[in-house]
Amino acid sequence: MAIKFKINREPVTVDVPADTPLLWVIRDDIGFTGTKFGCGIGLCGACTVHVNGRATRACITPVSSVENTVVTTIEGLAENGHPLLETWVEAQTPQCGYCQPGQIMQAAAMLRDFPDPTDEQIDQVMSGNLCRCMAYIRIREAIRMAAGRLRAAAPQGNDEDREASHA
Amino acid sequence: MLKYLTGRNQQGPGHTRDNADTELPSPGRRGFIIGMAGAGLTLAFARSPLGLANPARAVADGAFEPTVWYQIQPDGRIIVNIAKAEMGQHIGTALARIVADELEADWDLVELHHVDSDPKWGYMVTGGSWSVWQSFTPLSRAGAAGRQVLIEEGAKKLGVPPDQCRARNSRVIGGGRSISYADLVSSGNISRSFTDEELKQMPIKPASERRIIGGQTRALDIPGKADGSTLYGLDASLEGMVYGRPIIPPTRYGSAIKSIDDSAAKEIPGYRQTITLEDPSGTVPGWGMVIADSFHAANLAVDRIKVDWSAGKTAGVDEQALLDRGRELIGTADQGVLVLDEGDVDGAFSNAADTLESEYITHGVLHFQLEPVNAVAREKDGRWEIHTGNQWQSLILPVLSKALGVPEDRIVMRTYMLGGGFGRRLNGDYAVPAALAAKALGRPVKMVLTREDDTLFDSIRSPSVQRVRMAFDDDGRITAMEHHATAGWPTQVMAPGFMAEGVNGKYDPFAIQGALHWYSMDGHRVRAIPNDLANDTFRPGWLRAVGSGWVNWALESAIDEAAHKAGEDPLEFRLQRLKAEGRNAGSAPNSVGGAARQANVLRRVREISGWGEEMPADTALGVATTYGQERNMPTWTACVARVRVDRESGRPTVEKLTLVTDAGTIVHPDGARAQVEGAALWGMSMALYEGTTFRDGNVVDNNLNTYTPLRMRDVPEIEMEFVDSTETAVGLGEPATTVVGPAIGNAIFAAVGVRMREIPIRPEAVLAELQKKADA
Repeated sequence: MAIKFKINREPVTVDVPADTPLLWVIRDDIGFTGTKFGCGIGLCGACTVHVNGRATRACITPVSSVENTVVTTIEGLAENGHPLLETWVEAQTPQCGYCQPGQIMQAAAMLRDFPDPTDEQIDQVMSGNLCRCMAYIRIREAIRMAAGRLRAAAPQGNDEDREASHA
Repeated sequence: MLKYLTGRNQQGPGHTRDNADTELPSPGRRGFIIGMAGAGLTLAFARSPLGLANPARAVADGAFEPTVWYQIQPDGRIIVNIAKAEMGQHIGTALARIVADELEADWDLVELHHVDSDPKWGYMVTGGSWSVWQSFTPLSRAGAAGRQVLIEEGAKKLGVPPDQCRARNSRVIGGGRSISYADLVSSGNISRSFTDEELKQMPIKPASERRIIGGQTRALDIPGKADGSTLYGLDASLEGMVYGRPIIPPTRYGSAIKSIDDSAAKEIPGYRQTITLEDPSGTVPGWGMVIADSFHAANLAVDRIKVDWSAGKTAGVDEQALLDRGRELIGTADQGVLVLDEGDVDGAFSNAADTLESEYITHGVLHFQLEPVNAVAREKDGRWEIHTGNQWQSLILPVLSKALGVPEDRIVMRTYMLGGGFGRRLNGDYAVPAALAAKALGRPVKMVLTREDDTLFDSIRSPSVQRVRMAFDDDGRITAMEHHATAGWPTQVMAPGFMAEGVNGKYDPFAIQGALHWYSMDGHRVRAIPNDLANDTFRPGWLRAVGSGWVNWALESAIDEAAHKAGEDPLEFRLQRLKAEGRNAGSAPNSVGGAARQANVLRRVREISGWGEEMPADTALGVATTYGQERNMPTWTACVARVRVDRESGRPTVEKLTLVTDAGTIVHPDGARAQVEGAALWGMSMALYEGTTFRDGNVVDNNLNTYTPLRMRDVPEIEMEFVDSTETAVGLGEPATTVVGPAIGNAIFAAVGVRMREIPIRPEAVLAELQKKADA
């Protein structure tokens, strides 16, 4: 079945069974391997991507459900530029690094909802993402740093959704 | 640790070791050569004395021992070759820093090159927190030799005597001018050699002159890990490959496939076939492999395929059987191996005014490295390529050779980053089924395990049973300790050549390390016992901190029990016994200072943790300490945990962890903090949130729905400090793991008066103990 959507700004059409998890389509059919496989049941967050700007677990999302949406992976976020990519390096956050693209995608979505997140909000949202190296302290630190930069850069109350805007 | 790993010079961990330098595969004995290869400058250890006579020729012919080597490109880039696995410890960066510091390199020009397996790299293994400790001296000398040659070359170009030149930031400076390494390499024709003696005389900079070691330079592997461009094993892809997902048999050993019915899978688009793996190496007996055009199709097919097995004899084994077998073994005096038998232990017990005996349990721990194990295998022109992340290539290559029926020199392991190691990828068993499937099909196969497959196939940290007995004299002094420890033995099962020699036989050093403590007492006996039922039921694995990770739970809980029995402050009680006398005095260079350094970290953690201060109700501090894993590579660590216990639910909440570490020279302070943060949280996760059990021959927890490692919301406040030291750099990745569990257990006792002797500590268990105490 041919399914069309945009991924990292580019339109794609994939011809795969409708129930194929978006994760494997992104990785094996389209070729963006930054999105990772960890648990397959939506509980580790390593596969987190954005679908129309919302954080989505690609491992439990059938590809048919993203028809006509805009999907953004870590590669797209990195290409667009995002302060999280800088603060993740400045805080020297990753250890093995495997979960980090998913962490960053989750954090990017959270910062849209909570531009000035409290530690409690960070903990609540980010506790859905497992870091087996337990680099949690630096993940939190990098999110705080990025939140500060986003607030400093964004004009008041006009934070347009970049991903939705190029749908 | 290299002792066990090289198979030579095997001694028990109680023996002291020479300088780390002399333990290396002695590249220095053949000297160091520097020469041009193409346009770049290669700096390497010579393979034979002939290379010393003609360095340029040796470099051009590749006749160098590349265990440690680096290149300087004409554009000035310095490429350091790394034969260690990167799994989150930023090891390449740590090793490159050592070279770059002595070389006086510009850090921005340093790059890493992770190499594939090849006999020329020597023995390939990454584990035990040994990497920095093993490499420090040879890498320093290699860097210093490069610096010396570049200064000589620069001096010629600048027309200034070499002794009036110095190097800094990839430039040679002299006579008011300077020239870059890039210019020296691209214009020069450098050819030099250093004999072993010259290399040993090579002046290494004093610690005060270090500019990169100990500084805050960033890890080179991090940007690619943030932007998703780093390639892990799971990201490997080869032309013409098909996907494979295994069907895992009911028991780890002894199962055989009787029949496979895949009729219900045939209508799945992309499903190809299911094969029975024929494995001469015995690594994956009874395995089937579903082959499909996509991983999704393979997954769908696995659910619809019916396999009839004859199961192995461990199909009915459960947790109770494993623990009961452990108890039975401990109760049988002639079982196991005496690792240490110091002083008159029996006399001390027969003359004891009082004794204390406790049993400690730890349940199984899954590695749960976030990247499930996987491998891509193919044969190309008579050579096999295995694409996968691995920590111990030299262990699995002979197994692959047996499985495939080809000589080892026809197999290469391509290197990828590891989506978590923690010891899982020391055991490369997952490479075997991928290779067998590729051989059966005659085409490349990418085998991926689901998380559920990965847990069933994990080589877990074995459940353990330990008994600690102590004898006391009239003054409440400990006169002797007996420590009996039983668990599955990973080294016995997977690498028997690396067993260590005990008092009366060989034992698995990784299943008892941590027990050979530095507390002074008259008698000390340590017995390690393999749990044969565990060895048969699953493949016991090495897991972060290995033996110390569970052995120290018993030791530091027992010491705490002794302190409370004596009515003494548990921290002061420990200090009183860390006397640095006799065998606990330590020796240069690795364990210089001995128990005095352990006492130092304890005193320091007492100062900064608020030890002795008034605490709110049901809240208390608990302490634990360790020397790490090996007496001859000690990492002195002390931890205080502040824990509050909810009497209603029994739930312990860790409010704060305070850690002090003395790991000698800290090569990379920020990386060291990251390692200790991760290790401490691992220790806490295993103590409170993880733990699995056996039922019907397998672990009951297969995914995050029931296996629940610590998450961000559980992270306590962490305060840590490193002792400022210029002593030998030792490992950091593991020791903090071993102190957190007992510190928590000891804090629970201090808070509410119940002694927990089982890990993980479940709220129900705390509640039950509180109830028992109330009833008593």
